[in-house]
Amino acid sequence: MEEFQTQRFDVIVVGAGPAGVAAAVTSARGGAKVLLVERSEIAGTKNMIGGAVFLSALKEVFPDNWHQAPLERYINKHTWSLLSDNSSVDVSCDFPLKPKSASIFRSKFDSWLVSQAKKEGVYFAPSTLVKRLIKKNGYYCGIETELERIEAKVIIIADGVNSLLACQHGFRYDYDAKDTVLSIKETVKLSKEIIEERFNITKGSNNGAARNFLGGLKSENTPFALGFMYTYSDSVSIGLGVNLEDLRRYALNPSDLLEKLKEHPVVAPLLQGGEMLEYSAHLIPEGGFKKLPKLCENGVMIAGDAAGFVNAIHFEGTNFAFISGKFAGETALAALKINDCSKRTLKLYEKKLKQSFILKDLKSYKDVMENLYSRTNSLMNYYPKKAAEFFEIFSGANCISKRDEFRNFIVNFIKDRSIRELFKDLAAFISSIFGVLK
Amino acid sequence: MSSDEVKKKTIEDKLTTIKYNCDSESHLVLDAQLCKNCESRCCTYICPAKVYTYDENQNTINVDYENCLECGACKIACPYGAIDWKYPKAGHGVIYKQS
Repeated sequence: MEEFQTQRFDVIVVGAGPAGVAAAVTSARGGAKVLLVERSEIAGTKNMIGGAVFLSALKEVFPDNWHQAPLERYINKHTWSLLSDNSSVDVSCDFPLKPKSASIFRSKFDSWLVSQAKKEGVYFAPSTLVKRLIKKNGYYCGIETELERIEAKVIIIADGVNSLLACQHGFRYDYDAKDTVLSIKETVKLSKEIIEERFNITKGSNNGAARNFLGGLKSENTPFALGFMYTYSDSVSIGLGVNLEDLRRYALNPSDLLEKLKEHPVVAPLLQGGEMLEYSAHLIPEGGFKKLPKLCENGVMIAGDAAGFVNAIHFEGTNFAFISGKFAGETALAALKINDCSKRTLKLYEKKLKQSFILKDLKSYKDVMENLYSRTNSLMNYYPKKAAEFFEIFSGANCISKRDEFRNFIVNFIKDRSIRELFKDLAAFISSIFGVLK
Repeated sequence: MSSDEVKKKTIEDKLTTIKYNCDSESHLVLDAQLCKNCESRCCTYICPAKVYTYDENQNTINVDYENCLECGACKIACPYGAIDWKYPKAGHGVIYKQS
């Protein structure tokens, strides 16, 4: 660390995840002297991802060598399942020749990102915890670690969902529990052959699958939660993202809920015989557009999860991180070039975000999660149950006339709960769709 | 609460799969006075690693910070802001390898 003591940098990036590395390499490619600091000894070892990273964003940042990244399997098959207590109704899509994402382990993947950044001239300081930012004359101009002070013209905060730095310096408040999802996951070892068989993957290929589960938690008070599975080379993940407010309100333990999902008769066979390799937990910021922080101040910008850049509906987060980091890096270069790192110049970062899918999507999706959350019982209980009932009639020869069965189904669909609920569901659905499309 | 005991073991089993480099002092500090008056004690059930347990005799919360997964859920969930939540010292805490 001594070598940094008297050094000054053009750019310091805090946090070596996708956002931080994208910011660091982009700045370094433009000739800036960049320091990337990371609190863990090995990048990615504090991180967890449900499973997959979006390739389009990875290619944007590493166009030439993205395919050398430690990718486990290309995720080209997605299945969404509505789970009732003992059954599942699925929708599935498969694009075996057009992979959009790939499953990764963060420790391997983030370490690879850092190794690439180092090759491109970024100085990397692992095991370095930033205590606070240094501010002089209204400008943020450095960091104070546990050991020393290091100065720079521009600081990019990319220290993840809990961003103590952003909270501490007033760029944002802590998230509310209702805007936060606690995601827990288990990585489970299974042989390649078993994974290929259970997930209908071509033998010996790098293809993989993702599964999502709505419902099936057999809980009296149903929390807003979504189960997930991803295939790795010779293991799978099984996890659950649960709204933190619901955990608190219903006094639930996330691990107990995951156990219930794992016991579900449709999920259990997928995991049968597997050996748990690792348990992990991480938060997802889902406040989105309504909880955006100050994105820049004199001498500083905020990128990735630290800024709450997540589109939960489409599991987008890594792509927002990569691209927002890249924008922050480009903006830092522009500011360094004219030697003006004031907020006025750094507003270019905000402009880039606004013109891109990042703020456009966050804005158009700003009400979607709230709409869905307000209909938790419909989504988690009522429709999965009704879907199961419908397909039980459709796929089962029950020796009852189909007309009677279907009529009964329709009557019950309307009678099983107050009709107001149906209209509320419709209103939430229409509001979400129009919010996105208008 | 016998079923709770069973579940607790389950989390303990899960925690054995995780590698840590434990710090010698806690990175999680509670405001004991606020905790004494807390009725929900949500930290004791929302934490995925069961870091917080309630000691009925002392009316205090025990903190097994060594098991912390550094997710931050407790900090956000605590209705009284009673948890001074920091990262462990650099290089310390949880070390995920396959997550």
